[in-house]
Formats: sequence, structure tokens, C-alpha cells
Amino acid sequence: MVRYLGGKLINIVFSLLILATATFFLMKAVPGDPFTQEKAIPPEIKANIMAHYGLDKPIGEQYLIYMKKLVQFDLGLSMKSQDRTVTSIISQSFGTSAKIGAFAIVISVIIGVYLGMMAALRHRKLVDNTAMFLAVIGISVPNFVIGSMIQYFLSVKLQIFHVAGLESPIDYVLPTIALSTLPIAFIARLTRSTMLEVLTSDYIRTAKAKGLTPRAILWQHGLRNGILPVVTYLGPMTANIITGSVVVEQIFGLPGLGAYFVDSVMNRDYTLIMGITIFYAVILMAARFITDVLYIFVDPRIKLSGGVVKS
Amino acid sequence: MKKKLLLLVSLTLVLTGILSACGKSGSGTSDQTFRMNLTTEPPSLDVAQAQDQVSFTVLSGLFEGLVRMDAKGEIAPGVAEKWDVSDDGKKYTFHLRDNAKWSNGDPVTAQDFEYSWKRTLDPKLNPPAPYAYQLYYVKNGQNYNIATDNPDHVSDPSQVGVKALDDKTLEVDLENPTPYFLNIAAFFTAYPVKKDAKFGEAEGYISNGPFKLKSWKHGDSIELVPNENYWDKDSIKLKDVKFLMVKDPNTEFSMYKTGQLDWSGLPTGSIPPAQLDKLRQENNKELSIKGIASTYFYNFNNTKKPFDNAKVREALSMAINRQDIVDKVTKAGQTPAYGFVSTGIHGVNGEYRSEVKDDYFKEDVAKAKELLAEGLKEEGMTKMPEFSLSFNEGPHKTIAEAIANMWKENLGIDVKLELQEWKVFLKNRQSLNYDVARAGWGADYNDPMTFIDLYTSKSGNNDIGFKNPEYDALVKEAYSTADQQKRVDAMAKAEQILIGDNMAVMPIYYYSSNQLVKPYVKNYVVDYSGNLDYTRISIEK
Repeated sequence: MVRYLGGKLINIVFSLLILATATFFLMKAVPGDPFTQEKAIPPEIKANIMAHYGLDKPIGEQYLIYMKKLVQFDLGLSMKSQDRTVTSIISQSFGTSAKIGAFAIVISVIIGVYLGMMAALRHRKLVDNTAMFLAVIGISVPNFVIGSMIQYFLSVKLQIFHVAGLESPIDYVLPTIALSTLPIAFIARLTRSTMLEVLTSDYIRTAKAKGLTPRAILWQHGLRNGILPVVTYLGPMTANIITGSVVVEQIFGLPGLGAYFVDSVMNRDYTLIMGITIFYAVILMAARFITDVLYIFVDPRIKLSGGVVKS
Repeated sequence: MKKKLLLLVSLTLVLTGILSACGKSGSGTSDQTFRMNLTTEPPSLDVAQAQDQVSFTVLSGLFEGLVRMDAKGEIAPGVAEKWDVSDDGKKYTFHLRDNAKWSNGDPVTAQDFEYSWKRTLDPKLNPPAPYAYQLYYVKNGQNYNIATDNPDHVSDPSQVGVKALDDKTLEVDLENPTPYFLNIAAFFTAYPVKKDAKFGEAEGYISNGPFKLKSWKHGDSIELVPNENYWDKDSIKLKDVKFLMVKDPNTEFSMYKTGQLDWSGLPTGSIPPAQLDKLRQENNKELSIKGIASTYFYNFNNTKKPFDNAKVREALSMAINRQDIVDKVTKAGQTPAYGFVSTGIHGVNGEYRSEVKDDYFKEDVAKAKELLAEGLKEEGMTKMPEFSLSFNEGPHKTIAEAIANMWKENLGIDVKLELQEWKVFLKNRQSLNYDVARAGWGADYNDPMTFIDLYTSKSGNNDIGFKNPEYDALVKEAYSTADQQKRVDAMAKAEQILIGDNMAVMPIYYYSSNQLVKPYVKNYVVDYSGNLDYTRISIEK
């Protein structure tokens, strides 16, 4: 198992290196630089600034300097917000995104799994049909439509919530709803289809024959197997949600990471582009790594021995 | 089952009640709070690093220069209570008031100004100041700031023409007589800086203006509270200024409507175009529309065939209907432009644009057709080749479509529209890699020169390839004298060359600034260039 996980870790480091390199050169290949603007800075001043950031050096040298700093975990200063380090921008905005993201994940899993199970238990009945109808809506309607709609009806028309901002705990409600509709729908459908399969399998019949209570059958034997695909989905979904949604952040005026990501590219804020890309990749890979680990515990069929993976 | 349902319904009701109570109490304002949207995080609140509207808007409450602009747009005493100007207009002596203080209680001294200006001009500043050229009026400012490839480089900061004679007297020597220098002295690049101040966070931030920085939640909000050490604190009524950073114009609009903002729209926010149109049609009382000193125009690539021919440029410019563009396309209260210097700029006694009329040309389709035929003949062409019109994201596409349509209809010309990403667009424009490109220019200071010196041969912002020795000479002439009549005459002649004789660019309209202001917000000032002075606002509910 150590070898299995160690191998995965080496894989992650290697992937990150390739990703950082590719991003670096792609980013430099895009026309424009952080200091191009409508009212041009006099060329002498601009040359001075470019030299300050080392942007006058050949690109290979710039790359080596950046990688050397990266290995020491130094992401440098933002080129747009001159007084702030990339690390502080990421940590502050990630805090906001992660908080809302965490709410959304917890709610998605609870409601999604519950809906999916209910639908499976009442297969082809009203509950099932209603739940799956809602799920189709949740999957097909994009979150910016849902976000704008709940904002318009609940904030502008009924004035129950603030339109935007994060002043009080109540302000977390709308963004959380907007973020969780898609995962709820997706999880509900996943859970339903696996549960349907699980509930007709032999060991459930055995359990029934043993005389276990329906509750024990459902929770101990049904759910444990039924939730496997959800766990798989949870990894990338977590990475996706906690790193911030550009659209939802924009609608609700949230200081999250998603907005910075888009802005950094628009501004050609080189250090910030690199920082956020690498950070995002780390989160995504970490989430997948954790999923792999969780799998070992949830799925008894995955047995690791002698470095050979059997699944 | 029924019981459960009942429980659920009652729970929902109770929860909704609690939530709505919370929401209501949260959205009410305490007295004397003013809230507006910045849209984005200010890139820097360091006087030397700031260069954009958002940073400027925040800084203008935090700092005060030697002089400030009053409600009428006239120069008023700021940190300096009086000043003397030498007869040749090249030496200014400022006398600082005794009770001017920093937010930490220390007195504001002439040395603080000297330190700030020299810091901005320092070529070794970390990072170098992008807006340092705002201080090039000061003697040796440019030669001190530009260190590389400059044979006239001055490495000794004491040679720079700003000097504290004592704690309360600041002497400034200028390169040229600059009649608008007091305008520059009120600008944010000329604010004082306290030596040990920090700029990145609210903690350690020291300022000398009406307000001080209470909190700076990056990407979220900035809060200012009155500076109890400000010399004119009795004129400051606001107890709290709250800047939010909401990117989406629709969200901003909803926040204004529900009372989360007191101000929406320019200078740092925006009103969604569809809503603006509706507001104008219903004659909404909270909407204010004002012309501002900015011009929207199209660049011609003066170095590329057939746009190197003045007749071709004139033909294109005469064949569009500007009134239709502002009435039917942009629909935000702009005025058609037939000159380059915008409305709202000072001339000799009154406004430049009423002293020097922008009647350099008239829209005339028949004449345009003639000119185009002549021009193409001179170029050895039989037909106007297809060319591209490039622009960036935003409202520019609909304008470009309208203009392309007018050209097609009136001159039978085919235009390819090219939408480019902002930085790619700028790069192409600055390297003359275009045929016709959208452009805009706003005043930095209240003098026609802020527009006119854009197109001298050596100007870094001359991105049309226009080179005219006569034009350069007129600009030089205007620079060399303090006589405003002579200056304006020279600049008017230059504008005649630029637009009347050459049509080097195609003026389209003078910008307007639109904002929604709650009726209880009083005493705000939107100046000639669209900047908002919120420092003297009072809330009267």
C-alpha cells in the first residue's frame, strides 16, 4: 500500500512539473504583458518596470528563475496588485471560496444521497418521478441562471436576503444554493441508479432472508455499496467547488478565487496566473489522491498486495 | 405523513420570518454612511503606484494635495493655504498650513511632499512608478526618472526642482511655464507621503486627507472613516464610506435598487445598458447624465495604404451619421464629436469647445463619395479594398456594426469586424498592426494639451503613425509660453491640422457619465472628467 500511494505521489509531482512548464510558456506566448494599457506608460518607464520584474531577460532564463523560486515555495509578488504576494491573494480568496464550497458540498451530499435513495426505494412511483424531474432541471439549468433567478426573486422582489456581499452568515445561503443545485442533482441520479442495482443483488436478498430489519439492510448493506460512485465523483467535485465558481462569485459579488483566476489572465498578471494554476492543480490532484485512499476503505474488493493493483 | 407536512410548512414559515427580519435589519443604513461600488480591487493604494480610476477614487478621500478642487471645479487651498507664482510662471512657492496633520497626528510638512515626489521619480523605486511622468513638469523630473539610455540623466535627487525650504514652505521649479500646474498639484501623483507609511493593508496606512483607511478586505470591500486630525474636519459630514467590489453590473443595479448601495454607475461602477435605456425613457429622477472630458474615436493607421491618404480618411469620417449613433446605438446621452478635444475642458476664459468650435468638417455623403474616388485614384486603386475594423469587448461591437453598416450603405465599402481580447487589441494598436481601430482618450488635467500632445511625433501614445512637423512646432510653442491666449491659439491650430486638414483620427462622440444617486445623497461633486468628490457628501434622510 505504501508503494501504491508513493507511486501516486511521485506521479503527482511529475504532473505538476509538466503543468507548470506548459503554463509558463503558453502564458508568455499570449500577446501583451501586465503593463500594456490604454494610456501607454512612456517606453523608458516601462522598460524600467520590465527590468524590475526580470521580464527583459530571455524566456529560458525567466523560466529557470521562476522554477527555482517555485521549488522554494516562493510564488512571488502579484504584478497587478504590487503590494501583495501571490500566496496572500490565494490564501485569502481561497478562504472565501472554500467556506461556501464546503457548505455546498455537505448540502449536496446529504440532500443528493437522500433524494437518490428515496427515489430508488419508491422506484417508478411519484417520489421517484418528482425527484428525477428535479434532478433533470438541476443538471440542465446552469448555475448562473439559478443564481440570477433566486437573487431576483428572493433578494430584489421579496427582499429576504441581501443581493450580494458576505456581511452576515445569512448571506451564505444564496451562493450555497446556486453552487449546490448541480451536484445535488448529479448525486441523486448516481445514487438512485446504483441503489437500484444494489437493491436487486444477491446479498441484499440474503440479508432479507436472514431477517435483518429493512433499516439495517438499507444503511449497512445498501448504502455502503450504493455510495461508491458518489465517492468517486466527490473528489473532482470537491476540487471544483472549493476553488470557486467564477460565475456564482460574480453574481453574488464574492471575493473568491475564481474571479482572481479570470482577472489574472486578463491582466497578464504572470505570477498570479502561475500561482493559481499550480494551486488549482494541487487541489485537484490532492482530491483525487484522497479519493483513491478512501476507496481502499469503502470498497472491500480493492485489495493491495505486492504493489499490484487489483480492482 | 400529514403531521410531517404541517411541521415542514410551519418550520419553513418560521425560518422565512427569521431570515426576512435579518435581511431587513441588515440592509438599513446608519446615518451618514455612503456606499458605492468600485467593481474591482484597487491595484494599489500607494500614491506612487496608483494609475487607475479605482485607486484614484479611494485615494482622493484618503489624501489631500497642496491644493484641491472645490465644488465649482476651481482650485482651492488644500494643505497649502496660499502660494506665489513667479512672473515667468516657472517657480511656485507653496505655504503650508500649520494645522495640516497626518492621520497619526504628526504635522504634514513640506519635506513630506519633497519625499513623495522624489520617491515617485526615483528610477530605483521598487517597483518603478508607472505614473511618474505626471511629475515631469518639475525641473529635472524626467531626467532624474529616466536612467537608461539618457545622456542627460541626473543621478543626484537634489537637482530635482522640488525643495522644502523649511517645514512649511515648498519651492517647486518647473521645466516650462505650465498654467495648469495647480491642476497637477491637486492630482494624486502629487499627494504627500509619510516616510514610514505602509500601503498594502489598512494596518500602518497613514494618510492626510479627510478620511483614513479603516479596513481593506481584499477583493471584497474597503471602509473609510473620518480622519479626526484633518484640518477641515468640520466640513466632513460622513461617518463611514464603504466601497464594495462587485463585478457584475446587474448585481450592482439590484444592490442599488434594494438599498445596499447609495450610488451606482460611473466613475467606478456601471449601469447595465438595458436598464439605462429604461431609466432614460421613464425620465428617472435618480439618474444623472453629464458630459465628461473624454472622446471616443477611431484610429486610422496613417502609415498603411489606403489610409495614408487624407482624402480616404475624410471620406470615411464624413460618411457616418454621428447623431444616429448616439441616439440609436449608444443611447447614454453622449454628444456627437467633430473635433478631438472633448467638451468640458478650459480654454482662455470659458470652455475651450465653445471658444474653438469643432466645425472642422461636416457629414456629407455626396462629398464623401467624391473624396473617396479622388483618394483612391491618388493611391492608384480602383476600388476600396476590404479592410478590418478592430475593437475590444464591451459596448464597442454594436457601434462598430452601425458604422460598418453606414460605410456599406453610403460608400459601398466592405468592412471586416474584428473583436480582439483587450491586451491583444492594445498590443496590435500600439504596434500599428491594424487598419482602423476603436480608441478613446480621457483628460488627465483640465487643459486642451492633455489631448493635443498625444499626437506629437515622439508621443508614446501616438498609435496612428501621424507625424507632422508643423503640428510638433505648434505643441512646442504652446509649451513654451504662459500666455493662455497664445497657448489656446496654438493648440487650436494644431487641432485644425489634426482633424481639419488630415483627419488623422475619426472623432465619433464625447463621452457622458451616467449615475444613479439616491435622493438623500447631497453635496457630491462630479468634476469635468467624471471623477467623484464624495468627501463633502452629507446624507439627508
